[in-house]
Amino acid sequence: MATFFGEVVVAPSRAGLDEEEEAREETPEDLEIRREIEKKRYRHRCSRGGQIDVLWTWKSGGCAEELLVCSRFIVAIGRNAAAFLSSFILDSVCWEVVGVVKLWNEWCRTSSTTNVLPTDSFCLFYRLISDPTVLLCQCSCYVAEDQQFQWLEKVFGSMQKKGLQVTILSTCPVADYKTQESTLTLASPFLKALKTKEFQDQVCCPLLEQPNIVRDLPAA
Amino acid sequence: LLQPAVSVGNVGQLAIDLVISTLDMTKVGYFYTDCLVPMVGNNPYATAEENSTELSINAEVYSLPSKKLVVLQIRSPFIKNKYRPFCETLLSWVKSSKCARVVLLSSSHAYQRDDEQLLGTPLRYLLTPDLEKAVGGRVQELNWKEMEKVAAYPGISDTDKVLHIPGGGITKLLFTESCSKGIQMAVLLKFCSEGDNIPDAFVLVNYLNEWLQLIKSEVSTSNNSTDPSSQWKIPSSWRLLFGNGLPPALF
Repeated sequence: MATFFGEVVVAPSRAGLDEEEEAREETPEDLEIRREIEKKRYRHRCSRGGQIDVLWTWKSGGCAEELLVCSRFIVAIGRNAAAFLSSFILDSVCWEVVGVVKLWNEWCRTSSTTNVLPTDSFCLFYRLISDPTVLLCQCSCYVAEDQQFQWLEKVFGSMQKKGLQVTILSTCPVADYKTQESTLTLASPFLKALKTKEFQDQVCCPLLEQPNIVRDLPAA
Repeated sequence: LLQPAVSVGNVGQLAIDLVISTLDMTKVGYFYTDCLVPMVGNNPYATAEENSTELSINAEVYSLPSKKLVVLQIRSPFIKNKYRPFCETLLSWVKSSKCARVVLLSSSHAYQRDDEQLLGTPLRYLLTPDLEKAVGGRVQELNWKEMEKVAAYPGISDTDKVLHIPGGGITKLLFTESCSKGIQMAVLLKFCSEGDNIPDAFVLVNYLNEWLQLIKSEVSTSNNSTDPSSQWKIPSSWRLLFGNGLPPALF
């Protein structure tokens, strides 16, 4: 597209990432940047390899294939949702840490320590001591696009999924909500839900109307 | 198999939305893939409260057995460096499911047109050699224009001519791979720019309809003109494409 000053620039695609960027020949600088990022990501891979690793405290070396029996899995994604769990649900009496996700991307890095501050980026798993099949995940770190699928496979891959009910807690800015009226007049915060066909229980809030969508890790 | 390329203005995807919505196609499956950015929402083609709560994700397959039509809709961009694996997986699925032919709806940057392309129709087609044999004649009858090849090195006169589809996303890759794999593929594309691409989608889907006759195009006898836009059903999810309502306090 031509700008006001007459120069031709590539207009950003509404899709976010126009495929043009992928198909275009990388400049030497792009190549260098990509190599450095890949090197950094490689350096932060833990011993088992891969960009993400999920370390479970209940898995000893011998039974690496043992699956965690899980009936309810609550995942809080993002700082707000993680803070909600910290404030209202988690405590050291009823819940124990059973796992941690170690990952690195250009936005944040998590470590394998389970002693975290609320301002850290972390991804921890807790288990209800009185009912060990209830699992909770607090993920305040950003999981990059190309890590989301891996996160999913590694976390859910460790679970026995029969009869499993998953609840995902997340937040979105009100300004992103698409509605007939202006978001200025909306009473916020408000809850919306998406559920699969298989979810038979009562949902505590209205369902998310089109054309609103959810993306990234909660969507994955 | 009818599918879009994620391309400039998302025209292919919008056109596919019109096809699925108008023909009231049934969802028959989805692609579980790590190549596309994840997204989820409620049914984008909902017509009533009852059918609005079915979840919808980024790559879903719809079918209409009466027309032997299968449609793939892609709803999010490719994750960096994942478009190649996606194309490979897609084409191997096309082969293994014995799909007869693939029609790809796409678009290309309007500003990259040369002087000749600026005149006349903004619609173009491409056919793989295998499909050329089967439908080349029909395409001639329709008076369609084939996508021109451009010089590999613009400015130098006697260089090879290559296919160049700027803004077309995976279009070129899918097309060239289909040529080499003997897959019957047609590409239908429109030159356009980013903006309100709904009219572009209508133009593209009518172009497709000239050939595939998915819906009957009616000619209004009273004023002797076609209004093709009215025969396609706009999905409910196209609401609010350009933002919410305005706060009254603004005025």
